[in-house]
Order: sequence, then C-alpha cells, then structure tokens
Amino acid sequence: METSEKNAMEELGVSKEYQYGFHDDIKPTFKSRKGLDEGVINQMCDIKGEPDWMRQYRLEAYKIFKQKPMTKWGGDLSQLDFDDIYYYVKASDRSERSWDDVPDDIKKTFDRLGIPEAERKFLAGVGAQYDSEVVYHNIVEELDKIGVVFLDTDTAVKEYPDLVKKYFGTIIPSADNQFAALNSAVWSGGSFVYVPPGVKVEYPLQAYFRINSENMGQFERTLIIADEGSQVHYVEGCTAPTFSSESLHSAVVEIVCMKGSRVRYTTIQNWANNVYNLVTKRAFAYEDAQMEWVDGNLGSKLTMKYPSVYMMEPGARGDILSIAFASKGQHQDAGAKVYHCAPHTTSQITSKSISKDGGRSSYRGWVDVAKGAKGCKSHVVCDALILDKHSRSDTYPVIEIGENDTNIEHEARVSKIGEEQLFYLMSRGLSEEEASTMIVNGFIEPLVKELPMEYAVEMNRLIQLQMEGSVG
Amino acid sequence: MSNVLGIKNLHISVQGKPIIKGLNLSVQQGEIHALMGPNGSGKSTLAKGLMGHPLYEVDSGEVIFDGVDVLELEPNERAKLGLFLAFQYPTAIPGVSLANFLRLAVSAVRGKGVNGSEKDGLIPMREFRRELREKMQQLGVDDSFARRYLNDGFSGGEMKRAEILQLAMLEPKIAILDETDSGLDIDAVRIVGESVSQLIGPDLGVLIITHYPRLLDYIRPQFVHILLDGRVVESGGWELTQVLEAEGYDPIREKHGIDE
Repeated sequence: METSEKNAMEELGVSKEYQYGFHDDIKPTFKSRKGLDEGVINQMCDIKGEPDWMRQYRLEAYKIFKQKPMTKWGGDLSQLDFDDIYYYVKASDRSERSWDDVPDDIKKTFDRLGIPEAERKFLAGVGAQYDSEVVYHNIVEELDKIGVVFLDTDTAVKEYPDLVKKYFGTIIPSADNQFAALNSAVWSGGSFVYVPPGVKVEYPLQAYFRINSENMGQFERTLIIADEGSQVHYVEGCTAPTFSSESLHSAVVEIVCMKGSRVRYTTIQNWANNVYNLVTKRAFAYEDAQMEWVDGNLGSKLTMKYPSVYMMEPGARGDILSIAFASKGQHQDAGAKVYHCAPHTTSQITSKSISKDGGRSSYRGWVDVAKGAKGCKSHVVCDALILDKHSRSDTYPVIEIGENDTNIEHEARVSKIGEEQLFYLMSRGLSEEEASTMIVNGFIEPLVKELPMEYAVEMNRLIQLQMEGSVG
Repeated sequence: MSNVLGIKNLHISVQGKPIIKGLNLSVQQGEIHALMGPNGSGKSTLAKGLMGHPLYEVDSGEVIFDGVDVLELEPNERAKLGLFLAFQYPTAIPGVSLANFLRLAVSAVRGKGVNGSEKDGLIPMREFRRELREKMQQLGVDDSFARRYLNDGFSGGEMKRAEILQLAMLEPKIAILDETDSGLDIDAVRIVGESVSQLIGPDLGVLIITHYPRLLDYIRPQFVHILLDGRVVESGGWELTQVLEAEGYDPIREKHGIDE
C-alpha cells in the first residue's frame, strides 16, 4: 500500500485491517532460510508431512548434488549463487505479494496480451483465489470417471505412493546431472498424471488451471505415466512473462509412454529476464509408443533445456519441436536429444531459433543410435533466424551411430531477414516492423500451429510485442 | 480527379553503376502504358526504383504522384499513396498465409492501420473474407490459394496470379507490372492477361514493363514507349509494337546511336 494512502487512512481513523480485510485470509506460511543444507530439506519434509522414503530420496539426492561440480558446458552459470536462493516457499506465502508490487512493464504486457484480470493476478504471483479453481475441480471430476489421475505431485506422493514410488526418478535419476540432483532434493509442486490403459483424454490437461497448488514453483517435478494404448496431451506454462522474484527455475519432467501410448507435452515459457531456467525433460517410449515434445522458450536470462526421448522398444517414435527466442541479454541454449535404443524406431527434431538485439540462441542436439538398433530413422532440422548483426546463433549437433543400417538426416539453416522479403512486404503497405514481425511469425508457424488455439493467439501477440521497437 | 505519375529526368544507379539515365515518363490513372525494352535496358531497375527498393539508388530527378514527392517515401508509404508493383520474381514468405498477409496489407493501404477505429486495426474478418472470395472468383483463382503460404512453393504461373490477386485487393491508382509475362507458358500468359484486363478501368493506371509483346495481346496499351540504355527513346501508340515485332530493337538502337 502507498504510504500516503496509509497515512491518509490513519488520519481518518480507518482501520487498515477493516479496509483491507482480505489480508486476514492469509494461511500459516513458511519460507525456508536462504541456502541449502540437510536441515532445510528436513524442515521441508516436516512441513509437507512427507513419508520417510521421500525424505530419504531427497537427502540422498542432496548428497549427489553436493558432489557434482558446477556445470561448465552450455551457458554461463558463473553468476548463479546457490547460497542466495530460497529453496522452499510455501504456496500461500507467495500470495502475500500485492498487485502493486508487480512491475509496470509486466502489467502492461498482460494488458497487451489481453489476459483476463483474474488470470493476471495469478500469473504475477499475486492471486491465491482464482475462479478457475472451480474449473479445475470440474475437470478432475470428469477425469475421475475415466480413471485418470491429475494431481499436484505433492498430493500424489500421499495419495498414490505406490505409483509414484514405482516411477519417480526412474527416467531421470538424481545422479543424471547437477540440476536433476538439485530438483530431486528440493522439488515442490508439478503435476502427476496417470492415464489408464486404452483411455484417450480428449482435451489437453492444462497445468494452467491448477493454480492453488505450487505448480508455478521454481523446482517443480512432473511425472506422467501413460499406460498401454492411452493418449494424453499435457500443456504447461503460458505466454505471459512469469514474474518471479527468484532467480533459479529448475524443473524435472519424467514421462513414461507405455506400449502403444501417445503423449504430447507442450510448454510455452516466458520467464522474467533474471531467471536461470535449467530444466531436465525426458521420456521413455516403449513399443509403438509415440512421444512428442513441443517446447517454446522465451524470456529468462539463460535457458538450458533439451527435451529427450529414449526409444526403448521397436516401433517407438519421438518427435521434438522446439523454438527459442533470444532477445537482449538472453541466452537460449535449447535443443533436443533422441536415443534409438531399439530397432525400427523413428525420431524427428525440428528446432527453430530467433536471435535479436544481441541475444544468443544455441541449438544443442544429440542423436544416438545404439549398436544393433537396425532400421532407425532420424531427421533433424535446425533453422536459425538472426534479426540483426549484434545477435548470435550457434549449432552444436552430436550424432553417435553404433549401427550401419540407419537413416540419419541433419539439415541446418541460418538465415537473416532478407532485404527482398522486407521490400516485398513493405511494397504492399506494411511498415518495416510489421513486415519483420510477419516474417518471424511465419518462421515459427510450424510450432504455433501445433499449439492449442488460445496459446497460438497469445504466441503471435507475444512475438509482436517482442518485435516492437526492434526496427530503427 | 485522376492523378498522374510524373517521372522527370530520373537517374538510378545500382551499386554505383548508372542504369536509368534521365528517364521521362508520365502515366495517368485510367491509362495503359507499355514500356518495352531489351534485356539490360533498365526495366526492372525502373520498377524497383519507383517502388523504393533500398538497393536502387536514385541519384537525381523527380517522381511526383498526387502532388507528393514519391522519392521521399518509404515503400509502404508509396503503397498507401496508391502505387503497386507486381514483381517479376515475388519473394516467398514461408509460414504466412496469403490471406493473413493480404488482410494486413489491405488494412494498411486503406488506412485502417494500428490507429484505425477497427479492432486490432484490421478490416473486419468477415468483410475481408467476402471481398477476397469475390476477387478470387473474379480472377478464377482456386479457394485453396488463400490458405497457402505466400509464394512458397508456387509455380511461376501461380506467383503471377497471386500478384494480380494482390493488385485486385489493394486497388492501387497506378500499377507497375514488371515482366509479368516472363517465364509463363502461353496459357498462363492468357490467364494473367485476362485477369489484368478485368481490373482495368478509369481508376487504374497501368505501366506494363516487358521485353516481349505477348501480354499486350490481352491488355491493349494506348501508349507504347521504348526503353534503351536507361532512357525512353521512342513513344507512340500501338503501331510501335508492330514495328518492334517486325524489325526488333536494332534499327531503333542505330537511330539513337546506342551500342548493344
């Protein structure tokens, strides 16, 4: 509250508590001290009331994390200070932030994106009460009828301990990498989804709706299990800039695609420019299963994210479509990894990156074909669009093939917005900015057309915002 | 009132090399002009220079339209003023559908830009669709055209028809057709020629730039000009095309003392 306003109210003898009574609703809250040690983890487990196996799992992961040296590849992590981070903030604590604290430019962006009032507050980390809670409960009821479980992972640990225990950390073990270890030690929130055999979920499951859980946390942990012949599309994130006072976001997403199942996981993230976004995402696809990652990365200071698919049995398929937009002061180190562990498996990687105003985008990809995995096909396409001479794009592809009978194609293209394209569009009445925006939107169209409608519309508007003022 | 595109003593160079060397020409709304010249005479340079291509440097001269100094304007401002260029080689814009592109272009040219009163600054979708469908039917263009990515993977004939469709939608006052008949087979030339002739009326002035008179069988110009070495060396009526057809450019070159 503005000080002057407060003073005025005091002068009038109006009680603050009365005027702003909703503050009374605040639930008991908790925020761990800065930095991480076993004490912080134990405290977290106590507050969550977690079973002992999860506590042990966390402590074990913490040990691994401590032993891991600082990650040296990818982007520059030298400014990342692990001691200067709160590792556990209970959800209700976040809602203490007032709308007045949200920076003006972010408010303005919400406005321009046409995001409804109620959602804005949530997105800005302000609102704890939000109408979509009702929507979420209705969805859960519907899902319940067909046996689908859709919960936040904390709740799942308590309600479905056997399922969680069976798969948690099996796709991405704590020791996988430094940030997987960190997440395993301090994770909170994220989604747990189980789809029973043969069930096809008709509409996308949106993390978006689940706002009173700790879904938008820094260390979310998501686990999706698609049983045999099932089908599900999960969508997380949103195009609005995610306002965060914390500088590290490190999620882990594990997906199990059993025989004949089909999973699509769509992410659109637009972190504030101070955030390190270091995410491990991996899926195991078994016989004839199909895994699709659709991954859009905007914002953040540094993003390191390489969704991967391990094709474990014949007929499995992995598709990864990723897009990165690196603007001023940003490094998007994104890409994809596919492992052909069985014969007759197929993968397709499509990576698109845009660099502008000195931004840097890197494609980092890995295609691996195991010895004896005959008849595999992999097709990789990397397109980079560089908008000005200050910006940068790199490609770091690795292809490891242990089997002769394979068909691997890799195409990489770097382009600049051509003078001819600009002239053509401008000769039809478009300003230079409109023309550039149109070219960029066309460039990312292959991704946008895969998005649910409302995300696609927001994505195009967002590109428009990003392009504003970019032309002299 | 009909407007005149007046070009006076225009000089244009490309990468420091003079190409257009003192060209005079005026085209009035409602008139059809043909500018004919052999390869290398400066036809495309004139077309792109008039539309404001950044690589085509105007060294001197003036171009006035509707009382406005065209040379001071950006290409998009020239379009808003009522100039249109049908490209010899239209550029592909992958991922952008012809319809989406045209809606933005039409909105921009008709002054319904960002500051317009319409939502999004665009002409209403319903209105736009109706108009687009009408024009496509008029020009015999297939419906699927609207959804295809602009010039991306288009055949030569499709590109030229897309250019004419844009011409029809943008309703310019003066249209410059740069070698619109090049690279097309006889049937395609006929289709394009018939399409353009449908658009001709008192509000449209046309400057057809070509080195080959095929297109003129369908669009009969009132004025014919011969371009040699960056200048208009002869102007006349239909009979000039007949002279060209019979004798080629050599006698004219000789007459004006221009080396090939």
